[in-house]
Amino acid sequence: MHSPLEQFEIHRLIHLNLGGFDASFTNASLFMVIVSVLVTMLLTLPMRRATMVPGRWQSVVEMSYEFVASMLSDNAGKGSSKYFPFVFTLFMFILGCNLMGLVPFTYTVTSQIIVTFAFAIVINLGVTVLGLAKHGPGWLRLFVPSGVPLVLLVILVPIEIVSYLSRPMSLSVRLFANMMGGHTILKVFGGFAVMLGMFGFVPWLAIVAVTALEFLVAVLQAYVFAILTCIYLSDALHVKH
Amino acid sequence: MDAEAAKLIGAGLASTALIGAGVGIGTIFGNFLLGALRNPSAADGQFARALLGFALCEATGLYGLVMAFIILFAF
Repeated sequence: MHSPLEQFEIHRLIHLNLGGFDASFTNASLFMVIVSVLVTMLLTLPMRRATMVPGRWQSVVEMSYEFVASMLSDNAGKGSSKYFPFVFTLFMFILGCNLMGLVPFTYTVTSQIIVTFAFAIVINLGVTVLGLAKHGPGWLRLFVPSGVPLVLLVILVPIEIVSYLSRPMSLSVRLFANMMGGHTILKVFGGFAVMLGMFGFVPWLAIVAVTALEFLVAVLQAYVFAILTCIYLSDALHVKH
Repeated sequence: MDAEAAKLIGAGLASTALIGAGVGIGTIFGNFLLGALRNPSAADGQFARALLGFALCEATGLYGLVMAFIILFAF
């Protein structure tokens, strides 16, 4: 009996050692490259022969562009269009990774916490630096809610600071847990289907339903990741408190 | 108590986080439906927000799942 967590193991495909630092090309790296190539192809090839009346593939590109553009302008507001390329790349890459993982025998890059944590920490550090560069020390007003009596501020400011510091954690664990949880559930039900033999179709029906849910979750989590990035960006661009 | 048994009980207790996630998802879609039935013309515009709430809510249950996995496999 294989463990349901076996699918998340990382294998080295090409061994590489850069000065004592293990930089091997692994199956995770391979799928990151595949996703990057596929997303780039999806976004550039239909636009080579772009027409006034979009075809099927061109519509996909235009719709994803408009989707992210409206998400950014709705949530981050004025002056945020400069950061559109970053949010769009982030969204398309995470969406590609999540959907790629649903193809059988592939590897889900976003089910590794280090991948999602790297994304989250880069976003949060970038947003912090951006806020400080844009507003100077005045940006720290973000941690002081307005219209609150002084006595409550003693409690609220530490809470705000802790919640700000825990953002990279919650952002990364949310994506990672959704991806890992979904794939583990699929494997567990797959094990049931094998064990039950003739009655295996009962768990199989559950697998079909869970797979449908996983498609929803894959798209939703990419959306949530991107929208939270927009909201953090808006905190840096406009100090509201 | 045996450490192995305590680990299993702990993992089971960590999975109870899903109670909250279930309640939350039910609340979100229940309230969305309530609002949508009262004002169907506004429902389509808010569905994305309902889904956002669903995704955020589901994630909290999965934090519990991650805790269960850490208890089971990391210790």
